[in-house]
This record gives sequence, C-alpha cells and structure tokens, in this order.
Amino acid sequence: MTVDELADVRAGDKGDTLMLAVLPRDDVAFTVLERRLTADVVAAHFAPLVTGEVGRSVVPGLPALVFRLPGVLGGGVTGSAVLDGHGKTLSYRLLTLELG
Amino acid sequence: MRAPGTLRLGAGAGFAGDRIDPAVELARRARPDYLVFECLGERTVAAGHARRLADPAAGFDPLLAARLRAVLPHCHSAGTTVVTNSGAANPEAAGECARHEAGELGLGSRIAVVTGDDVLELVRTLDPVVWETGTPLSEVGDELLSANAYLGAEPVAEAVGSGADVVVTGRVADPALYLGPLVHEFGWRVGDHDLLGKGTLVGHLLECAGQLTGGYFADPVTKPVPDPARLGFPFADVRPDGAAVFGKPDGSGGRLDRRTCGEQLLYEVDDPGAYVTPDVVADFSGVTFTDAGTDRVAARGATGGPRPDGLKVTLGFRGGWLGEGQLTYAGPRCIDRARMAADIVRERLVAVHGLPEDAVEVEYIGAGAAFRGLAPASDPTEVRLRVSARVPSAEAAEAVGWEVEALYTNGPAGGGGARRSATEIVAVRSCVVPREHVRPRVTVLG
Repeated sequence: MTVDELADVRAGDKGDTLMLAVLPRDDVAFTVLERRLTADVVAAHFAPLVTGEVGRSVVPGLPALVFRLPGVLGGGVTGSAVLDGHGKTLSYRLLTLELG
Repeated sequence: MRAPGTLRLGAGAGFAGDRIDPAVELARRARPDYLVFECLGERTVAAGHARRLADPAAGFDPLLAARLRAVLPHCHSAGTTVVTNSGAANPEAAGECARHEAGELGLGSRIAVVTGDDVLELVRTLDPVVWETGTPLSEVGDELLSANAYLGAEPVAEAVGSGADVVVTGRVADPALYLGPLVHEFGWRVGDHDLLGKGTLVGHLLECAGQLTGGYFADPVTKPVPDPARLGFPFADVRPDGAAVFGKPDGSGGRLDRRTCGEQLLYEVDDPGAYVTPDVVADFSGVTFTDAGTDRVAARGATGGPRPDGLKVTLGFRGGWLGEGQLTYAGPRCIDRARMAADIVRERLVAVHGLPEDAVEVEYIGAGAAFRGLAPASDPTEVRLRVSARVPSAEAAEAVGWEVEALYTNGPAGGGGARRSATEIVAVRSCVVPREHVRPRVTVLG
C-alpha cells in the first residue's frame, strides 16, 4: 500500500526546507497514516537529500499531517540551478512511499 | 445568495501571471464588495526593482493596465473596490497607471496608493542580520538592489477607508490585502487577535485564487476537477464575527470543497499553529471545513495571538547569471548518450571556459531529474539533457548553452531540439526590522 492510495500531498517551500502537507482522504486513512507515516519514515524516503531533523505536525480537524524536510531544496529557488527549484514536483515523490 | 450583513471578498488573481477572464467573471456574476489581485511574489518585487533601475517608470506589474481595463467597468457598476499589490517596486507609477486606465474608460475612479514598504535606506542604516547567511547585511558580498518590508492590514484599511475605488500597494503581506477591507468595514482592532486570525484565514485561503477551486489540485485519477479550462475564482462571504463561507461563481469550472480548502490551508504553512503575519500570529491548527452546499464551504476554528514586534523584509541582491542548455536523446542507449554528452560539456566548461566544476548542474529530464536522483529511471524512452550553471558573468552563462548546442556536430549521435538561455538572477534573502521604524503612507491621487 502506498501513500497515493490513502492521501493527497501538496508541496511548499521555505528557503531550502521542503514542506509536504499530507491530506488523508478519510478518517480510516488518517488513522493509518498518523500511526505509520512517521517523521523517520519520511526522512528515509527523501534520504540522502535531508540535512536535518524532519518535523511533523498533526492537524486533526482537517485531518492532515505536515512535514518539514530541511535541506532538500539545497539553495532554494534562487540559490539552486535545478529546473524545479521550488521542489513542487516532490509532492508526488511522497505519494510513492510504500507503507508495507 | 449572500447572507445579509456579510462582506464579499473576491480573489481576482493569485500570482503575477494569473488569468484575467476568471476575474471578469467573478466581478460580473458574484459582484463582490472587494476584488483583490495578489500579483507579487518574493522574487517579483526584487525583479521589479531591477527593472526600475533600468527604467524609472517601470517596476510595477506589466499586466496591471490589462487587468484594470477588463474589470473596472464591472466593478464600477457593482460598487466593487479593487485592491492590488501590483505596485510591486513602483506603487506610485502603478497608481498613475490606474488613474490613466480609469480615465480612458470614462470612470472617475478614486485611486489610493500605499507606500512605505521600501526600506532600502533603513536596512543600510540598521544593518540587520540576514537569515540565510547569519551575518550582518553589510558583510554580504552581493550588491543589494532592494529591501521591502511586509506591511500589514492597517494601511490597506486606511486606503479603502479613504473612499478609493482602486487601492494599489507594494509589498503587503498577501492575507493583509483581504484583511484590510475586513478591518475597515468591521472595525476590528490591533488587539482583536481572534478576529484577525479568522480574517487572516480568509485571506490565506483566497490569496492564491484558483488554488482554492481546483487549480494546482487536479489529478485526473485521484482528484478530478470539472471543466478546468474555465476554472472559476473564489470569493468569501465574511460575517463581522469572522465566520466565512467560501464559494465560486455558479456555472464556472472547477470545484470548491473540503479537500480543495484543506490543501490550500496548508499551502506553504510550515507551522499550522503559528502562521506569522504582520497583523497576527494566526493559529490554523483547529480549523475545520464543512460543506455548505454545492461548491460552498464554511470555515471555522481559526484564532490568533499578538502580532510580532518586527516586520519581515525581503532583500533583493544581484545574484549573478544562470546559463542553461537542453538537448534531447531518444531510443536505444539514450541515457548513456546523454551522460556522455554531459561529461563532454562539463569537461569543456571547466577546461575551455574556466567555470568551477561545482557550478555545473546536470539533470536528465525524463529519467528522474525532478525527484533529484531519488528514483532514477534506467531505460527511459527518451531523455532531455539539461546543463545549467550559476555564474558571475553573462559571458560564462552564455558558454553553458553554447557548449550544449555545439554537441550537434561534436557530440553523441542523435541529439535534437537544442535550446539555450542566459538570464540575470535576482537572489532574495530575508531579515527583520523593528516595526516602529517602518512608516506606511496612504496617498490619494487626484
């Protein structure tokens, strides 16, 4: 089972930190993801790009999980020469994460 | 139908290059009290300063005149006030542009201009620490082009309170473009943290326009969006107690529901419990959305705490040049040929043109470039080689595309579709200045 079967993901950027908002499609999906989509699991899925501790917040009312991945955007939008400097496309990288 | 006693705020644009026709549809069919055009990214204002240095009459949004020509007749007949940060690096010139366009249309529109966000002299005097470098501004080697403080809702409220039909600003926090009219109409005060938090939620949800109605949300399998080519822009009906119902024009494309609202709520929010703006530290952690009819959603649960003492400033620097070249390889061994091509270009950029090797970036588009090497494809049908470099000079930037193009007669077999560019970069960084040093001003033209 992948995250893609349970949730939608939106990417955002602050400097070289990638932010990923995970929005489970129903309450059952939220229960599964809250338990299994830990900061460590997400950090491993984006290694070796992550340079610091991955943060996770839970917004139960939506429901949603928000992850902060420092360093992934190395240089940020005006500091890096790569095509997608914002890391907009990386939301779909998280959707490929296999929850096992 | 809108509930009596509510104020209707419409989203006319969510970025500098946004579409114009959805704003016209919104103005005509939803007849909002305020129509807000958010057209100013972090880099947009710094890039505007670079243009203004070359041409003193430039520096504001080049699309401002076209936007106003399209919506002002409808706004005039519906009594809608336009609020926009299209002033960018030159709000005064943008105000004159607005006056000119209104005059051409035969409308005696009153124009108010908000200035005071330009703090270039102030940061040179105060020499604040730059977040990204951790050093005082004076120790940053790059040439400083611009410094713009994020103003809050107060000058926007004052400007709409002057009776203006069009309010033009420079750098104002995006949600404050929406919060300003709410503060003015409902008499909210600086200490009303809960109300300001609720108003900031409204502004944050509307500020990206089509992103609330299915734009940047759509996925044909998991998140289908009806009629996306005619995506409708959203509006909010806000009560004096801050409660809000969001909607979009009947018959427009797109969708507005709990899922689109949830994604937009968390867009570029790193801490949902502390969304820092000049007006309030908003707390979105308890927000809930409920369906309130077809393409209608009610939002509740936002609150807030005291505003910060400092104002965030975007600093724009000359950041050198970006040179790039692209070329496609397809079919058997395409990834191998692209790698061979990249090795040739890299060797020549260093040996012949003197570029530092670590400045040269290579991406294999179609073979995992977007995921930054985390999931490379081993046998793609085709791959587009992109070589890029950030370098100090235009000449070095031009060399990058030149060497890629020269692969035509000197590189691996079967390369096609070469494209090259060299563009000057404006790099943005941030700092904070004490609020009391920043003095917003409102000027009514004419």
